[in-house]
This record gives sequence, structure tokens and C-alpha cells, in this order.
Amino acid sequence: MNAPAYNFAYLDEQTKRMIRRAILKAIAIPGYQVPFASREMPMPYGWGTGGVQVTAAILGPADVLKVIDQGSDDTTNAVSIRKFFGRTAGVRTTTHTTEATVIQTRHRVPETPLKAGQILVYQVPIPEPLRFLEPRETETRRMHALEEYGLVHVKLYEDIARHGHIATTYAYPVKVAGRYVMDPSPIPKFDNPKLSNSDALQLFGAGREKRIYAIPPHTAVVSLDFEDHPFEQWRHPASCALCGDDASFLDEVITDDRGGRMFVCSDTDHCESRRAAPSQPTVQDAEVARG
Amino acid sequence: MTPVDTPLLIAEGLSKWYGRQLGCRDVSFELHEGEVLAIVGESGSGKSTLLRILAGLMEADAGCVRYRMRDGVTRDVAALSEAERRFLFRTDWGYVHQDPAAGLRMAVSAGANVGERLMAIGERHYGRIRGTALDWLTRVEIDTGRIDEPPTRYSGGMRQRLQIARNLVTGPRLVFMDEPTGGLDVSVQARLLDLLRGLVAELGLAAVVVTHDLAVARLLSQRILVMKGGAVIESGLTDQVLDDPREPYTQLLVSSILPP
Ligand SMILES: Nc1ncnc2c1ncn2[C@@H]1O[C@H](COP(=O)(O)OP(=O)(O)O)[C@@H](O)[C@H]1O
Ligand SMILES: [Mg+2]
Ligand SMILES: [Zn+2]
Repeated sequence: MNAPAYNFAYLDEQTKRMIRRAILKAIAIPGYQVPFASREMPMPYGWGTGGVQVTAAILGPADVLKVIDQGSDDTTNAVSIRKFFGRTAGVRTTTHTTEATVIQTRHRVPETPLKAGQILVYQVPIPEPLRFLEPRETETRRMHALEEYGLVHVKLYEDIARHGHIATTYAYPVKVAGRYVMDPSPIPKFDNPKLSNSDALQLFGAGREKRIYAIPPHTAVVSLDFEDHPFEQWRHPASCALCGDDASFLDEVITDDRGGRMFVCSDTDHCESRRAAPSQPTVQDAEVARG
Repeated sequence: MTPVDTPLLIAEGLSKWYGRQLGCRDVSFELHEGEVLAIVGESGSGKSTLLRILAGLMEADAGCVRYRMRDGVTRDVAALSEAERRFLFRTDWGYVHQDPAAGLRMAVSAGANVGERLMAIGERHYGRIRGTALDWLTRVEIDTGRIDEPPTRYSGGMRQRLQIARNLVTGPRLVFMDEPTGGLDVSVQARLLDLLRGLVAELGLAAVVVTHDLAVARLLSQRILVMKGGAVIESGLTDQVLDDPREPYTQLLVSSILPP
């Protein structure tokens, strides 16, 4: 056969098998970083080539794919990755969390609770949670092997000493299944509790650093903290200006050059679904009603 | 023998070669709880080699190091699992490097430097960790108002005192020191020596102190090993050896004819 080989979801079958083996190992050892032979993908590393390779390895023709970037389905990054798989795998794509079987994400966990059978694939820039204080790879590997995680608390200690509270708001370190400390990727710590005991499978891919790790369904994930400075979820204390939700994670949007701003749901699908449902009054509606 | 009579550390026939270069040869001694041993000798005589072997940082080619653990059982240090050895190293042992930067985390605050060992052994209460760190800074005469500064902003003497506090916070029974006053100004050296002497006495610490400075040996140690060309050529009570050296080499050392 001389024609260029067609590979479902871009990667050749052998590469996909290699990645699936890494994924299976990652699932077998929750939170453990499994090295894999990361391939060049036709996009820059910053675009989540680790997540893209994981998605490519698990995608089947019947899957329905959703891609989100900071909660939005519409950024250049999200649109490009969605198109890439639409083109190379011909799978159906969606923006609805409930319809998707595979969701690739950068920096957020959807607001809608995930269900059994769904897979959430995270794009990871820096997989090593101990890297910030220990640059030596041999040493961090030994620390994981021997469960020496004091350094994570050194980082949290520094936060409190400097700011009076744990100021880490993204990539907040967690311990998975009581064993491995893991970087949940730069999701807001607001999303950390959603990692624990999820019905869905969660996979993490780091392309540049060639690591895959996983949280199997129904796995305990604990955010690390101090007894006298317990982990706290954080969101802007406001309601979404579009759908009125006062419990979702909000983005601050600058509305003009005179300091005007408003808060809207970071999860656009969540926000749109709420607005489409007629029973949900918006903040504006509420204000009009009050006024 | 009662536990107190049992040595804390036993070195037996320790030898180390760097290829064809001898590091140290057939060194044996015993160290008891609360005892300070000085290892002296000119540069290149094998002091650091011996110290690194004792502390389990390097493997000996021959001989063994045995240590009486906190549970009273004396064990071959080389036969400990890596996890046990690392645990020992940051709980019951201390290691003070000549260069404080080698023993400190220069990028984090003094408080975190002192608190790290506590966090490593499972302390999870910020207030208690900070309280202990403040207490230790006071004990090593560092202004507690500087607890949140990184050691990069400390003077050489302060860094060395911080390194000592970082090591002592878990209440180790044995501390290894490699030229702890080396590289410091003379006036700073004197203050550090006083502090070390006070802490060692107060805490009942055992220590192995490597130094080329006989004044340090005299002030800190009860017993001394004199090394030359990788071998121990003379040993005994520090005052006796320094006041009345038998070996010509030791006599030269004492009369300061040999360069440090
Ligand atoms: N890593 C090494 N490789 C080769 N030779 C070494 C090494 N470390 C020390 N030596 C040699 O071993 C001998 C003892 O060195 P060392 O233990 O550092 O002495 P001291 O601490 O008394 O100055 C010296 O001849 C030194 O050059
Ligand atoms: Mg030396
Ligand atoms: Zn909304």
C-alpha cells in the first residue's frame, strides 16, 4: 500500500497501544506518574499535546467528544482540538457535558457532575507536584517511592507565612487513594473536591514531560492542608450576571475601560443550559423584579 | 551491658578507595551517647571521607558502621532499607555541612527551613510548627523577627546557626559536622563555637566533628582521632593528645608547624 496510511485519531495503532498500556498502568496505581513515549503532535506543546495523545488513544468511533479550555468550548485552543478530532477520527463532537463520553479539558472540571462511563482528560503542563522545591528528577522520584511528602507542606507553610492563609489557588496539591501526591493540573482549587469519588474516570496527560496519570472512578482524593489551616474551596463571592448561579465558579469580565466589571460562569455550557431552562431567573431579572 | 554502656555508634575497619587513591584505611572506634569525637588532620588526610561513610552518605569498600537505634537495637547502617536510612538521617541524626547552602533550602524562609523536618515526620499543625521554629531561632540566637526571610538574606554566621537549628529540631541523638566553623570570620567562629558547645551540653548530644582547627577540637570534643594519609595515627582523650602528643605528626600539628 503506497497511499499515506490513514490512522484513526491521527496516531498509529502501535503508538496508541503504547499509550493505552501507560493509561492502564496509571489506572492501576492511582496518582502515580507513568512515563510514556510522548509523540510530536501537529500543534504546539502549550496546546495540550499530552491530553490530545491520551484522547487519541482512548477515542472510539462511537464516542462523543467535548473540548473545553478554561471552561469554555469556544476558545481557539478548544475549537482547534475539537476540529482536529472531528477531522482525524470523524467522531461526533458536542458542547454539552451531559452528551459527551470523552471530555478533554484545560484548567477546569465541568460544573455538571460527571457520570459513570464518562472520561475526563486533563491537559497537564507540569506533572510533578514536588518540582517547585526539588528540581532533581532522581530525588522527586525517590520521594514518591518512599512517600516522603514533607516538601508539599513546606510549600503550604510558606504560603501561610507570607499571606496569612494558603494562597495557592490553582494546581492545589492532592493525595490520591491515601498514597501518591499529585498535581491536579492548573484547575482552580474550587474544582478539587470534584476530583474525589467521581463516577467518571479521570486521565491526565503531560506531553512535554511525557507523563500520564489517572484517578479511577470512586477514588478518594484529598487536598493537602494543615489542621489549623484547612483546605477551603474558593470562588468569587458573587452570582453569574447571565444565569444568576451563586454556586458556580465565576470569571471576572471587564465590561468597559472605566472599571466596570461583571462575573459570569466560567463553564459556558453550564451557564447556557441554565439560561435555556426557563425556570432560572437571571440576576438582571431579579433586579428588575426588585426594582 | 546496660543500654547506656552500649555504644551509640560503632565503626569497624572502615576503608575507602577512590580508584587507586586511598580515602581512608581501617578506621575503627566507638562513640557513646553524649560524647563528642573530633577528627583532626591536615587537608587530604581522609576526614571528610570518613565522616561521609559514618553518616551513610557514601559506601565503604570494607568495614561497617553500626548504630543503636531509638528502640535500643544496634543495626548495621548499610543494611537498613533506604526508607529507614533516610528516616534516621532526618530524625535521630543531624548533618551540618561546612557550606550552609548545602544544608539549607535557600529559596524558602528560615521558618520553613527549621520546620521541614517536622513536616517530614508528619506534623500538620501550622501554629505548632511555627512556634517550634521561633523557639529554635531564639536558641540559636537569630532575631525571631527574621523568621520569614530566606537564608539568602542572612550572614554566613546566621546561616550556619540556622542550619544547626534545622538539624536539631527533631531532637537527634547524634550530629555529624564537617568543619562547622570553616569559612567564617574569626569573631563569628568564636560565637558559633560557644553556641555549639552550649547546645551539645544542654541536649546531651553525641557528635562527630571534623575539623582541621585544633582549637575547635579542644573546645568541643572529649576524644580525638588524628588522621594522616587516610589512617588514624593517634587517638585518645582530647586534652591528653593535644597536651602530650606521642606521634611526631601530632606534635607538628599541635605546634602549628603544619599548614591547615
Ligand atoms: N571524590 C573523590 N575522588 C577522588 N579522590 C578523592 C575524592 N574525595 C577525596 N579524595 C581523596 O581522598 C583523600 C582524602 O580526602 P578527604 O576525605 O576529602 O580529606 P580531608 O577531608 O581530610 O581533607 C584525598 O587524597 C583526596 O584527594
Ligand atoms: Mg574535608
Ligand atoms: Zn452563568
